[in-house]
Amino acid sequence: MSTHTLSVLVENKPGVLARIASLFSRRGFNISSLAVGETERPEISRMTVVVDVEDLPLEQVTKQLNKLVEVLKVVELEPSSSVQRQVMLIKVKADAGTRSQVLEMVQMFRAKVVDVATESLTIEATGNSDKLRALLDVLEPYGVKELVQSGMVAIGRGPRSITDRALTKVS
Amino acid sequence: MSDTGAPTATAPAQTPSPAHMAQRTPRTPVEVTGAQSLVLSLEAMDVDTVFGIPGGAILPAYDPLLDSVKVRHILVRHEQGAGHAAQGYAAASGKVGVCMATSGPGATNLVTPIADAYMDSVPIVAITGQVNSSAIGSDAFQEADIRGITMPITKHNYLVTDPAEIPRVIAEAFHIASTGRPGPVLVDISKDALQARTTFSWPPRIDLPGYRPVLRPHSKQIREAAKLIAAAQRPILYIGGGVIRSRAAEELRRFVELTQIPVVTTLMARGALPDSHPLHLGMPGMHGSVPAVTGLQKADLLITIGARFDDRVTGQLSTFAPEALVIHADIDPAEISKNRKADVPIVGDAKAVLADLIEAVDNDLEAGNGGDYAAWRERVQGWKQMFPLGWTEPDLAEDDSPLSPQFVLQRLGEIAGPEAVYVAGVGQHQMWAAQFVTYERPNAWLNSGGLGTMGYAVPAAMGAKVSQPDRTVWAVDGDGCFQMTNQELATCTINDIPIKVAVINNSSLGMVRQWQTLFYNERYSNTDLHTSHAGERVPDFVKLADAYGCVGLRCERPEDVDDVIAQAMAINDRPVVIDFVVHRDAMVWPMVPAGVSNDLIQVAKDEAPRWDREESEAIEQDPDADHDGR
Repeated sequence: MSTHTLSVLVENKPGVLARIASLFSRRGFNISSLAVGETERPEISRMTVVVDVEDLPLEQVTKQLNKLVEVLKVVELEPSSSVQRQVMLIKVKADAGTRSQVLEMVQMFRAKVVDVATESLTIEATGNSDKLRALLDVLEPYGVKELVQSGMVAIGRGPRSITDRALTKVS
Repeated sequence: MSDTGAPTATAPAQTPSPAHMAQRTPRTPVEVTGAQSLVLSLEAMDVDTVFGIPGGAILPAYDPLLDSVKVRHILVRHEQGAGHAAQGYAAASGKVGVCMATSGPGATNLVTPIADAYMDSVPIVAITGQVNSSAIGSDAFQEADIRGITMPITKHNYLVTDPAEIPRVIAEAFHIASTGRPGPVLVDISKDALQARTTFSWPPRIDLPGYRPVLRPHSKQIREAAKLIAAAQRPILYIGGGVIRSRAAEELRRFVELTQIPVVTTLMARGALPDSHPLHLGMPGMHGSVPAVTGLQKADLLITIGARFDDRVTGQLSTFAPEALVIHADIDPAEISKNRKADVPIVGDAKAVLADLIEAVDNDLEAGNGGDYAAWRERVQGWKQMFPLGWTEPDLAEDDSPLSPQFVLQRLGEIAGPEAVYVAGVGQHQMWAAQFVTYERPNAWLNSGGLGTMGYAVPAAMGAKVSQPDRTVWAVDGDGCFQMTNQELATCTINDIPIKVAVINNSSLGMVRQWQTLFYNERYSNTDLHTSHAGERVPDFVKLADAYGCVGLRCERPEDVDDVIAQAMAINDRPVVIDFVVHRDAMVWPMVPAGVSNDLIQVAKDEAPRWDREESEAIEQDPDADHDGR
C-alpha cells in the first residue's frame, strides 16, 4: 500500500460529497483523510482525498471518479511537487509545573497556543502529517486530553492552477 | 382506454393541454404547473411510451399525462415490470426507455431494473415522485431517499424540488442516458415541485461541464492496434455488448470480412455478427462453446471491442487467454485494464473504433503488411467441427418428461426466425436460448446479463413488443423466473401487446439445481418448484395464462413442439403462453466450473475435450502447435 493524495474538482451541488464518498466505499477503498471546501470559484468545490491504495486500483478509482457527472477534474498531487497541510487542535495537560516545558515544544514546532486554562493548554498546529505526528509524540507524555484534526489540503507548487485548466477545458 | 389520451377539449379551459403547447414549445415560454412542464418535456424529447404506476407523490404528473396525445402511458402491475419494460423497449429499439413510479415503495421497486440497466448499459430514464420538499428527511409517509439509494446503480441521478429545473433536468437525463456508455438516469421530483406554477420553455440549456464522453479513438492507438493485428498469428475478436449499443454490427462485419479473423460474441453481443458467419465461433464463457472458449485461451491477440472481461467470460482471471496480447477498445475508460491489463487501450465508441481499424488495416493490406492467419483459422474451424453444441436426449426415467429443452429452443429459433426478438430470463433457459437460437442480427437477443435478474423476460418482452410492434417477440422464461413477473401478462392483454412466452418448465430453479447436482452431491435444497412434475402443477401455467386472458398451450412431447409453436405464431390478437414441460435433469453444457481456468472446460459431465488427438492433428498444420512462440 502507498499513500496517494487526490485533488478532485467538483460542481458545488448538494449530494456530491455523498457520491464521492460512496464511490470509494463501493470500490473497497478506505479514505484516510478528506477535506472539502469552495474554491476561488464558488460554483466549484475542491476535495482533497488521501487514500492508502496500490497503483492499479488507484487508476481504477480515478477513472470511476472521472465518470461521475459532477466531477470536473481529478489530479494526483505528489508530495514532492505540492504543499500538503493539515490543522490539528490538541488539548494537553499543563499545570504550573509542566507549562513551560510544553510551551517550549510548541515553539520548537512553530505551533500556537490558542487557549489557556489552569490545567491545560490548547495548541493549534499546522503541517504535513509527519510533523503533526512528531509533535503529538512529544506532547503525549504530558497527557493529551482531546485531539481533533482536519483533513489534508494540498496544492501544487509553481504558477499553474488546476482550476484554470479544468475550466478552460469546460468552456 | 385512458392512456390513449382524451381530446384536448376536456382539459381545464385556462390550462392548455400539453400536446397543444408542445406544438408551440420552441417559441413561447408558457406558464404551467411542474407536472405539465414534466409532460411537455417528455413530449419534447419525443417520448412515445411511459411504463408506470401512479401513487400519492407522482399523482400530479398523471393528470396532464391523461391529456397527452403523444405520450402513451402503459399501466403495469408492478413497478419492477415498468423498469424492465423500459429496458426491453430501449434494448430492442436503441431509444431511451422511460418508466415512472411514485415515492417510497414505488421507487424502491424500480431499484432492481435500474441496477440491471446499469450493469447492461441500457439507456433508461426513471421518473419518481418524492414527498413534499418540506417533508424530505422527516420519514414522511412513503418517503424513501431514492436518490441516495440509486447513487451506486445509476449513471447519474437528480432530486428536483424547484419546478423551474424540470425541463433542463429531463433534457440532461435523456442526454446522459443515451450518450457515451448508455445507462439509467433517475429523476426524483418532489410533489410540491410538480404542483407549483412555473414557466416552461424549450429547449433548455444543458449544463454538464463534467460530462464529456470520448467517442473518437486516438489515431495513435489505432495505429498501434493495427501493428499488433498485422503481427499476430492467432488473433481473435472478443466482441461485447458495446458493439450492439453503438450499432456497430455493420462495421464489425466489414472488419471480419477484411481481416478474416475469427470472432466470439459474448452473451450481451449475441447477434453482433450473424451466427451463420463461418468465422463466428459462438459465445465464450462459463457456458460458452468449445471453439469460442478455446479460441480465446489459445489466441496470441485479443481484439476486444465493447466487452469488459467479466468473470463469467474469463473464468479464473490469471489463467485467461494466457498467451494473448490485448487490444481493448471501450467507450468507458474505467473498463480498460480494470480486470485484464490492456497492451493497447483505445477509448472510443465501438462504431468509430471499428471504422478506424478498417481503414488502418486496409492501408496495411494495400502496403502488403497484412497478417496471415490461415493456419489459425484452420485450427479453430477444426474445433468448431469437432465440438459442435449438442445435448444428450433424456434417459426415460420414471416421471420425467421426454422433451429436451435444447430441442425446444432450437426449433423455436428455426420457426420464429432471425427477425423475431428473443427475450430471456436468467438461468438454464437463458443459456439454452443463447446457445440454440441462431441470432443473425443485433437487438434480436435481450437478456439480463450482468445483474442476472430473474423475472426480466416477460416485462422486457412487453417493452420490446411496444417498441417493435411488427416483430414477433418471444419471451423465453423458466418456471422460476416466470413466477416472479408474470402478472405483466395482464398488462399485455389489456393494452394489446401480444407477446409470446415459452416457459421452459423443469419444475425447478434449474440452474441452481444443476449446481446442486454437480457440486452439492445431488442434495436438492429448496429448488423444487412443483410446477410440472410428480402430477403437480402449482400453478398450472395454462390455466394461469387463461386467467390473464392469454392463450395457454402445453407441450410435453418432442413430436408436438413444431405444432404448438406454429399454433402460437398464428395468434396475434392476444398474448400466448406455452408451457413446455421438459426433461428435469437436462443440464447446460459446455461448462467451466466457477473460479477455475477456462482450460478446464467440460463438454458434458466429467467429459473434457480430447485435446491430445486434436492437437496432434494440429501439429501437422501448425508449426507452432505448442503456441509457445518458439
